[in-house]
Amino acid sequence: MERCAVIGIGQTQHRARREDVSLAGLLREAAERALQDAELRFRDIDAVVIGTAPDMFEGVMMPELYLADALGAAGKAITRVHTAGSVGGSTALVASHLIHAGIHSKVLALAFEKQSESNAMWALSPVIPFQPQLTAGAGGYFAPLVRAYMRRANAPRHIGHLVAVKDRLNGVKNPYSHLKLPEIDLAAVEASPMLWDPIRQLDTCPSSDGAVAMVLTDAGAAARSPHRPAWVHGGAMRSEPVMFAGRDQVNPRAGIDCAKDVYAQAGVTDPRRELDVAEIYVPFSWFEPMWLENLGLCPMGDGWKLTEAGVTALGGELPINPSGGVLCTNPIGASGMLRFAEAALQVRGMAGEHQVDGARLALGHAYGGGSQFFSMWIVGSDPP
Amino acid sequence: MTRPIAVVGFAQLPNVRRDTAREEGELVQPVVNAALEQAKLTRKDIGFTCSGSSDFLLGRPFSFVSALDALAPWPPMSESHVEMDGAWALYEAWVRLQCGDVDTALVYAYGKSSLGNLRDVLAQQLDPYYLAPLVPDSVSLAALQARALLDAGSCREREMAQVAARSRRDAQHNPFAQVKKTADVEQLLDAPYLVEPLRKHDCPPISDGACAVVLRAARSGNDRQVVITGIDHRVEPHALGARDLTRSVSTRQAAERAGVFERKVDLAELHAPFTHQELLLRRELQLSAEVKVNPSGGALAANPMMVAGLTRIGEAASRLARGEGKRAIAHATSGPCLQQNLVCVLEVT
Repeated sequence: MERCAVIGIGQTQHRARREDVSLAGLLREAAERALQDAELRFRDIDAVVIGTAPDMFEGVMMPELYLADALGAAGKAITRVHTAGSVGGSTALVASHLIHAGIHSKVLALAFEKQSESNAMWALSPVIPFQPQLTAGAGGYFAPLVRAYMRRANAPRHIGHLVAVKDRLNGVKNPYSHLKLPEIDLAAVEASPMLWDPIRQLDTCPSSDGAVAMVLTDAGAAARSPHRPAWVHGGAMRSEPVMFAGRDQVNPRAGIDCAKDVYAQAGVTDPRRELDVAEIYVPFSWFEPMWLENLGLCPMGDGWKLTEAGVTALGGELPINPSGGVLCTNPIGASGMLRFAEAALQVRGMAGEHQVDGARLALGHAYGGGSQFFSMWIVGSDPP
Repeated sequence: MTRPIAVVGFAQLPNVRRDTAREEGELVQPVVNAALEQAKLTRKDIGFTCSGSSDFLLGRPFSFVSALDALAPWPPMSESHVEMDGAWALYEAWVRLQCGDVDTALVYAYGKSSLGNLRDVLAQQLDPYYLAPLVPDSVSLAALQARALLDAGSCREREMAQVAARSRRDAQHNPFAQVKKTADVEQLLDAPYLVEPLRKHDCPPISDGACAVVLRAARSGNDRQVVITGIDHRVEPHALGARDLTRSVSTRQAAERAGVFERKVDLAELHAPFTHQELLLRRELQLSAEVKVNPSGGALAANPMMVAGLTRIGEAASRLARGEGKRAIAHATSGPCLQQNLVCVLEVT
């Protein structure tokens, strides 16, 4: 297998509404920044892989066709990935496979969502023929899982609020972040309206317009990159069913298996110690402790204790989401790739104010559907 | 040098105008089971799975999620999805197999083109700011291309009718085809225009369907197998004014990279939903008169959206496996007027 490196990363200013740019303009903003970082131009790119969540969010069917022009894809290969909320991560992995397989030397991977074009909450509440309508928005689906976690782990009610505060304060350090809430504190989260018990408004991610792009290359192109590359040490995807009585949606087996696979590829045997930082997909604050356990970063039932002890804070022993994460910025289709890209920024030492000192090995994580689709990668400062 | 990948299973549903009984999972499960059975594999043997479908056809988000349940993905599996024709899912699976760490892949696609007004639905593919508001439907855009070809003297309406007549004749031998009513060329040319210069016979039917393909790393030794020796896809600008509609540059580019022109071709399964597009593709692929084109009847006989491209690969592989030739081309297209094209070369080894 060819080695794969990330040599360029770019993202948009994320906001609730980017009315200053078209869909194509939004993607180009991210793409141009990634190319600038890599000191490459569109003509240097061999293939383009784009990912976004359902086409209905923007009302454009198979948008790769329309976007081909703006992304300089004419005469090249363009692929469109859609794996629900994990799509940003899956898109990066599909792009990395083109490099690993030795088919292309330089691939531009992009993920986006322009959620202001529609109402994401109701787009995420589909009425499926012959099935009961289970949800009112993603929060309606996930709140019962959070309650189940709280009972199992005997977790106190304020844990989620701690994550909400921590990630928002991290987001203040991230120049691209959608939400900037420097004044946030525990009392503010506790006072915010209850949306889906126990998830309060400030425990919830925003709805954002945004895009992210990465330039992935083989070792030859990485050797010529102007800045330090992030090397891909492993990547994995896992999916499990919607309707299956044997599922544990609080601690999904797909997540456990995916993490084991990616750790094995990267030669990681003790992830808690070996990983310097992790960017994980936390759309509702409680998912930080839940995923800590699912990812094997602590024993079952201990996730909330890490959060409470400040282990996951920037400056803690294992910082989680120093960028501010999905709780600060959530263009759904891009949210997964933002995790992958932020992990890469950390090991390149290019994360700016939210840089984790000396980060050399980082996990990027995304999930989607009803906690059933997972994609993850591990990136490092050194080649594998 | 790419790793040779064999096509070891292919199954499709009979294509119909409207399948009211089946939802996603029920479309997918029978073809997946049949393709695996043909490959003598079970789901547990599969290293990577990839599917193609479109939410817009089903009219709701995440329709592929329901389809996945039909595979009973437990324990969880390594799986991905493209919002594209299944031919591109096969490409992703082929790339995944090139990485060398997995040896088997399952690819499937499903589409219910009948649920909405397909011409209006496909208009949602267009540039949302400048083109989609004008609602040019898919048949009208194809008609623009046909007109450009006729005006350039690159084809004649009679040749287009000949394509339709041959397609229907061949479809009679395809148990999965939808349009089998034969007609001679004169009869076809007597029909009124649907969207000038296209008549009904120049256009594909609206079809519901599904298909599945199983891939496995080719085995060394004397086993007779059908192997993918080259595959590539390319896209052209979306803006129709930026393209020469009498050419299919991306087909030519993909064909060159897939190695089409290196040796003689025996048969070709071309995803040409409109008659003039087959004539155009034949020229770009430099197919001589001896090459058997679309022995299945092609997309004019059945055109389930998101499926018909993958079906071309499955059909071409099946025909080689049955001894109908040694080397075949399969082609898939996406977007208005052949905007995006994939070319796959299959050989018997």
